[in-house]
Amino acid sequence: MTNTLALQGTVPDVIDLLVGIRPGDALDTVRRHRLQARTHAHTSYLALFAPTAPVPGSVTLAERHAVAAFVAGLHQQPEAAGFYAAALVAHDAPPGLTPAIAAEIAHGAARGPYGRYPAGPLSAEDAEGPVYRVAPTARAVLGARLSAALEHANLLVFRPRDASPQALQELLNAGWSATDIVILSQLVAFLSFQIRVVVGLRALAAHPALPQTTEVQP
Amino acid sequence: MSDTPLTHPDNQEPTAFTQAQLEWLPWLAPLPEDELTDRHYAGLVDAARAKSPYFRLLARDPDTLGARTRTDKDIFYNPDAGLPRAERELSATATSRFNGCIYCASVHARFASHFSHREGDVQRLLDEGVSADLGPRWNAIVAASAALSATPSDFGPEHIDGLRAVGLDDYAIADALQGAAFFNWANRLMLSLGEPQLQVGG
Repeated sequence: MTNTLALQGTVPDVIDLLVGIRPGDALDTVRRHRLQARTHAHTSYLALFAPTAPVPGSVTLAERHAVAAFVAGLHQQPEAAGFYAAALVAHDAPPGLTPAIAAEIAHGAARGPYGRYPAGPLSAEDAEGPVYRVAPTARAVLGARLSAALEHANLLVFRPRDASPQALQELLNAGWSATDIVILSQLVAFLSFQIRVVVGLRALAAHPALPQTTEVQP
Repeated sequence: MSDTPLTHPDNQEPTAFTQAQLEWLPWLAPLPEDELTDRHYAGLVDAARAKSPYFRLLARDPDTLGARTRTDKDIFYNPDAGLPRAERELSATATSRFNGCIYCASVHARFASHFSHREGDVQRLLDEGVSADLGPRWNAIVAASAALSATPSDFGPEHIDGLRAVGLDDYAIADALQGAAFFNWANRLMLSLGEPQLQVGG
């Protein structure tokens, strides 16, 4: 595995890349105003996708990139989806994996959040929605372990309040250890953060404040 | 190694959003405190977090935990300009309410109340959800947080306009965005790796 510290200087800041922020841009200044958040959003990315040896657990880089491509696809943010789809290809995805992930993105699409609350006053807010299962044809390509990861990732993306010990049991049954589950959960949850920062900053970049001027806009 | 989910059949789960202090019970075994190495402590950032089952569970991937914690602290605690602390906590509370994380909402609702002195408005956000009318400025922050939290996101230029109209500059808007985005990370960990617990006698 690669060394995270060695990569820190060479891997471009992914959020800047996906938003299209260049040094000196107004949003570069805004992001650097929270420099620790900017730096550690990126070290979080590196810890998940270029982890430092000895790497805890047994989640392969191919698995990490396959789940990331799936999760980014579900969010339908084009730059992030394209970035993680390309990263999966770059990490020597075995034949058939990339098209299988693309098919599962379409198959797993939904609008969240939905799900159930503990029985009580909040039950009035329970919202039904699809419960995603990997399609049988894709399962043959992905295998039991990666299929279980995609099903859990879809739950975390769209209906996190439906999470349960039983959902973790399904991962354990498919060969995910407790440490592997923490890594998988962090990966999906981190992407839920990173992609939203990209969405928000892209909206801000596309919609700059009007200059402080007395001129009336035509 | 016997990896089986931990279950808490006798736990009394909260069934409503609350500003009361809750506990959190893990579904997977946290690392035992006496097995923590320097790398784990580096990930925990604050040594006192070794007492927390949540952080000792996340310490199974210490580098990610450490990076996540440092991201969190800067978004919420950095006092230099941007959005006032109370309203960063409001974005965290609104996001947690929208996603349905009773535990996260309880913690950050208390912070929002503490820093804003608007405990009643915070409680209405918890009781009524993200459509509660909390006045123009809080409404704009809550609406932006909820829109950003939808999957796929519903966030657009109308939310930027809404935040500018109530006085947020780009630094404050970026804080609101990052606060809401960060709680999409936190909510998914808290909701999927354990469950909240009402304090005994609470």
